[in-house]
Amino acid sequence: MDYFIAKNITKRYAAHTALDNVSIAVPRESIFGLLGPNGAGKTSLIRIINQITGPDEGEIFFGDEKLAPHHVEKIGYLPEERGLYKKMAVGEQALYLAQLKGVSRSDAKKRLKEWFEKFEIQPWWNKKVEELSKGMQQKVQFIVTIIHKPSLLIFDEPFSGFDPINVNLLKDEILNLKKEGATIIFSTHNMASVEELCDNIALINKSKKILEGKVKDIKSAYKTNTYSIEFDGYDGQALPLLPGGFKLLNETREDEMRHIIVNLPQANSQNELLSALMPHVNIHAFKEIIPTMNEIFIRTVNESGKNSIIS
Amino acid sequence: MNKILLVIQREYLSRVKKKSFIVMTILGPLLMAALFIVPAFLATMSDGVKKVKVLDETGWFQNKFEDSERFDFEYIYTDLETAKSNLTKEEAYALLYIPKPEVSVPSSAMIFSEKQVTIDLKGYIRSIMAKEVENQKLGAEIVKEIQKANPAYDPSLPENAAAGSIVSEEILRNIKTSITLTSIKMTPEGGEEKSFTEASMGVGLFAGILIYFFIFLFGAQVMRGVIEEKVSRIVEVIVSSVKPFQLMMGKIVGVGLVGLTQFMLWVVLTLAIVTVAQQVMPDKFSKKQTVESFSPGTRIPGSAEELNITEELEDQSNMARMIEAMQSINYGVMVFSFLFYFLGGYLLYGAMFAAIGAAVDNETDTQQFMMPVTIPLILSIVVAQFVINNPEGPVSFWFSIIPFTSPVVMMVRIPFGVPDWQVALSMVLLVITFVGAVWMAGRIYRTGILMYGKKVTWGELYKWLFYKG
Repeated sequence: MDYFIAKNITKRYAAHTALDNVSIAVPRESIFGLLGPNGAGKTSLIRIINQITGPDEGEIFFGDEKLAPHHVEKIGYLPEERGLYKKMAVGEQALYLAQLKGVSRSDAKKRLKEWFEKFEIQPWWNKKVEELSKGMQQKVQFIVTIIHKPSLLIFDEPFSGFDPINVNLLKDEILNLKKEGATIIFSTHNMASVEELCDNIALINKSKKILEGKVKDIKSAYKTNTYSIEFDGYDGQALPLLPGGFKLLNETREDEMRHIIVNLPQANSQNELLSALMPHVNIHAFKEIIPTMNEIFIRTVNESGKNSIIS
Repeated sequence: MNKILLVIQREYLSRVKKKSFIVMTILGPLLMAALFIVPAFLATMSDGVKKVKVLDETGWFQNKFEDSERFDFEYIYTDLETAKSNLTKEEAYALLYIPKPEVSVPSSAMIFSEKQVTIDLKGYIRSIMAKEVENQKLGAEIVKEIQKANPAYDPSLPENAAAGSIVSEEILRNIKTSITLTSIKMTPEGGEEKSFTEASMGVGLFAGILIYFFIFLFGAQVMRGVIEEKVSRIVEVIVSSVKPFQLMMGKIVGVGLVGLTQFMLWVVLTLAIVTVAQQVMPDKFSKKQTVESFSPGTRIPGSAEELNITEELEDQSNMARMIEAMQSINYGVMVFSFLFYFLGGYLLYGAMFAAIGAAVDNETDTQQFMMPVTIPLILSIVVAQFVINNPEGPVSFWFSIIPFTSPVVMMVRIPFGVPDWQVALSMVLLVITFVGAVWMAGRIYRTGILMYGKKVTWGELYKWLFYKG
């Protein structure tokens, strides 16, 4: 069940095309990673979702409805380039931004008090924003993004500017929001957090979508049947031990401990490899090498770059 | 709609609460009050007694003008030409000529002088003449009313001197008289040129400068506000909640309301300060004058008090004289056109300033765009000097029609009297232009606020106008 669907979105500026026939589908109550190198068109897509700009072509559906102006109150947006009015008091400013999202002043006040307590910034309510540390400003910014209980949240690099403790705090909150029923679009360059948080991703490069799917599926699709094995009790060459068709990709040695990386001829032949090795060596570790999102990202982007040069 | 109100509210409150606003609100009236009080002071500092010749063809005002420490009034009985030629020879300051009216009561007079006649002299003459004419009218009305009831009534009989508490409000309204006083400057060569009253000049120029000043001050505030939002990057958060056009208009309207508030506070505080100054230093600012009595035969002692006629004739302070001097101007029209041109001009320039703010990354980059926008504004204040000397000339006409200069120039012209069609044309053009300017600014703004790190050129701004949403 998809909560948010963008179909064939194209957006052109005078000199270049920012988005070329991009479609994404975000399942309900999931975290969707919107990935891509700088300048790929992520921000353009996010601005279109937020109705800051409109697409030249394509349609956007929000739940069962076509995207309409009143939907802005259901969307919470934390832009990458964020800021607050520096001279304005924190509480007053948060109230203002909440009211702009359609929350009544009294409701906003109640909810803000709760969040400020949760994030331990209650004493800063009457301080000016410029007196706050960057981390605290980010907390305030996060609170005003979610204060109107949006059903669709868009976080653009939400962790930049946070220390590791606060990154964890924020991650927990994001997962909490998902549990409470929010659908989240998450744009970042931090692939570790993508693996940790995202259920689905779409990868955009040079204004085209080049990859989309469940993180699990993508990772297994990019698996190369490569295993890493650690063993000792054997002094000779490792290669003669391998059965036919198995390729030795790498071999290292640290004192007695040997470490080899082997490529299997087909999936599910790992037991064959094990039984070939077991008579000769003491195995310490045997592990499939799964590509990280980082590797997948770099590989896909590079490949699509090559293709576009050829075509 | 609700959201634009929120934006207006924030823009308004965040500025009104600022220290600089409060300081300006207090300093402004002090300066303006000084503008009123200092000349009043200076006017009382006598630079010798000036001789004023009075040629009164009506005979109504014989001995009504009283000598003061500043002016000696000397009545002459000759024809106008001789009086004028004698004026220079006898080293008199001015010649007051009150011609015999064709049909009704005297309502106009002329002052001939080689110099600009001071405002307090004119005010004094006007007030004495008005008072006298009003007295005469009142007398005539009373006689009429009584004769209606009693045709045999003869006002000259002594027993009827105390009659009549029958003066109605209507009569009092009818007798209100305004005197037109034209000053004519005589050149040494014997030529004459009509000079306009300082009151018209002063009020017009003051209003024009005020509009100029407000447009600049608050237009720049709009621009700075837009740059602040852009630099602090809050703008992207806000435009995900409100349309960029709403944000821009909210800011322009909010800042405009701050301007109006400041202006209203200035008016109220200035009046308060001037009033207080008059109370504290009464001898400097008011010179008691004897209440003019009614001419014999129409004297109505009892009723005069009851009807508070005396009030109208009370203290003629220098301040009051000055205010009186300004009475020839229609203040209803002045206030309306001031507000209209203030708002129209502010919206026009405010929209342009907002577009500039959106197009640049910081205040130092604004120069290239500021120049062309501020040149018409500066031009209008330069032209205002010409307009004062020749409010009906072609320069005055065109600059008061062109919308970029009309808010200042038309304001300067209005106290001199401007044909209705010209005012209407200028207002319609101003409205059309500011609607157009707001539309264009909205389109530049929409694109500009999300554009960073790019030196924007005029060509680019032009392209932005035609980007699709």
